Amino acid sequence: MKILVCISHVPDTTSKINFTNGDADFDSNGVQFVINPNDEFGLTRAVWFQEQQGANVTVVNVGGPETEATLRKALAIGANEAIRVNATPTDGLSVAKQLAEIVKTGGYDLVICGKESLDYNGGMVPGMLAALTGANFVNSCIGLTVDGTNVKATREIDGGKETLSTSLPLIVGGQKGLVEEKDLRIPNMRGIMTARTKALQVLEAVGSEANTKTVKFEKPAPKSAVKMFTVDNLDELVSALHNEAKVI
Amino acid sequence: MSILIYAESSEGKFKKVAFELASYGKKVAESLGTTVTAVTVNAANVSELSKYGVDKVLKVTNDKLSAFNAKAYADVIKQAAQKEGTKLVLLSSTTDSLYLAPLVAVGLNAGYASNVVGLPVSTSPFQVKRNAFSMKAFNITEIATDVKVLGLAKNSYGVFESASSASEEDFAPSLNDADFNIKTESIDKTAGKLTIADAEVVVSGGRGLKGPENWGLIENLASALGAATACSKPVSDLGWRPHSEHVGQTGKPVATNLYVAVGISGAIQHIAGINASKVKLVINADPEAPFFKVADYGVVGDAFEIVPKLTEKIKEFKANNA
Repeated sequence: MKILVCISHVPDTTSKINFTNGDADFDSNGVQFVINPNDEFGLTRAVWFQEQQGANVTVVNVGGPETEATLRKALAIGANEAIRVNATPTDGLSVAKQLAEIVKTGGYDLVICGKESLDYNGGMVPGMLAALTGANFVNSCIGLTVDGTNVKATREIDGGKETLSTSLPLIVGGQKGLVEEKDLRIPNMRGIMTARTKALQVLEAVGSEANTKTVKFEKPAPKSAVKMFTVDNLDELVSALHNEAKVI
Repeated sequence: MSILIYAESSEGKFKKVAFELASYGKKVAESLGTTVTAVTVNAANVSELSKYGVDKVLKVTNDKLSAFNAKAYADVIKQAAQKEGTKLVLLSSTTDSLYLAPLVAVGLNAGYASNVVGLPVSTSPFQVKRNAFSMKAFNITEIATDVKVLGLAKNSYGVFESASSASEEDFAPSLNDADFNIKTESIDKTAGKLTIADAEVVVSGGRGLKGPENWGLIENLASALGAATACSKPVSDLGWRPHSEHVGQTGKPVATNLYVAVGISGAIQHIAGINASKVKLVINADPEAPFFKVADYGVVGDAFEIVPKLTEKIKEFKANNA
């Protein structure tokens, strides 16, 4: 089984979010970048398939040279090889088109993406990739097993979960549950050393046009200070929740 | 040219998001000088939609669609949009709608903006405001295509009544076998329990509760408030509560009117997942807990003393204001 894991290179959650160029661009100055958490659950599941079922795992990112450190980390976690598509991602569709090209030429059986990235929270790429390639598609996937070409997947739904059966080729929008948090791997020294010699191929982008563009960013208005109450004036709290906040 | 909304239902009954989307669609239609058409799948009483400004309902009734299937449902919406000559398709942000939205967008060659908050910033050029960076910023996005798909963020607009007389039309889209390559084997859903996705109030507990045996405190307060219950990541990792209740960055997102956090310090990953909630009430023993920085209301002190007392006060209040 050939698995492709799509990796987004995103600012760590603890990063301060700032913009430059008249609020038109994200300011990456001083920002720590990480593997998108939803992708990391998928990557770990893919490495499990590699160890248990002999799968070959390729990781891919659409981005500039600065994302290679993130791909190396994915290799250190256990992926066999990496691809960077040399393009500046503009919107979900532009990324999905680049990935569709990789999927078609690489003949992957299973593609695991995160259900959304931590930066733009768009949740677009896995579904668009499925629509562009015609593969089966399971989103919000919290459990995945493959037997031959038969797939059993569990999907999170509002208020519960459902079990689905389908077949390869398959695109997955994954999240926590594909593996548990405790199963995530921190790269060890051996992994980091071997990652240095694994193949990281840089491919030129295929021509693709975006359908949408970011005009600018805005920051939310500053929040007013918290109003504090004590155990002795909870009546006032209840009254504030009713009269002021209007939530009860 | 009408705007098309997908009015989601579950077991034949419309979800609240269907009415929110209709309200939103009505307002956008007014600004564009057009009307609102809703497409429904196996919904029983479609006339309910006329309370919220819908002018026409395309009613799909098909046993093959009794279980949700993203590809088939996306196909239904796509064909409805083509039949109506729609330029703007509106979807909500339920798990199901987030699943089918990209399929609809690619199918219609439409530009797609998700997490939209508020009415379009401008209609020519077409620009919308979207949540980004886990609510730490907004992204103003311009959609250049002729046909556009918007996903309205959860609980971001509200439900507004606007009476209309909706015409009803049976609609039978053509579905093919490839639409059903994914089969639903079983659904595991606690019947009758208010879910985090549907609730207007969520009461959430953290490690400050000291153990699973104390969860009655959270449940009682939730029941007084008519709320769903949730928990922080450490609590689900410790196995005190099921993973399905974990809210935060890697858990379920929360976008309620009121979020009550009891004994949760407010790690940045937790805040990222609940920040879309409008009002936050934080109860914590530590006055320095970071959660107070993003809270609207706070109570410092012993949860074991505060929560039962607050529960009684809420019950009293509800009894007097019923």
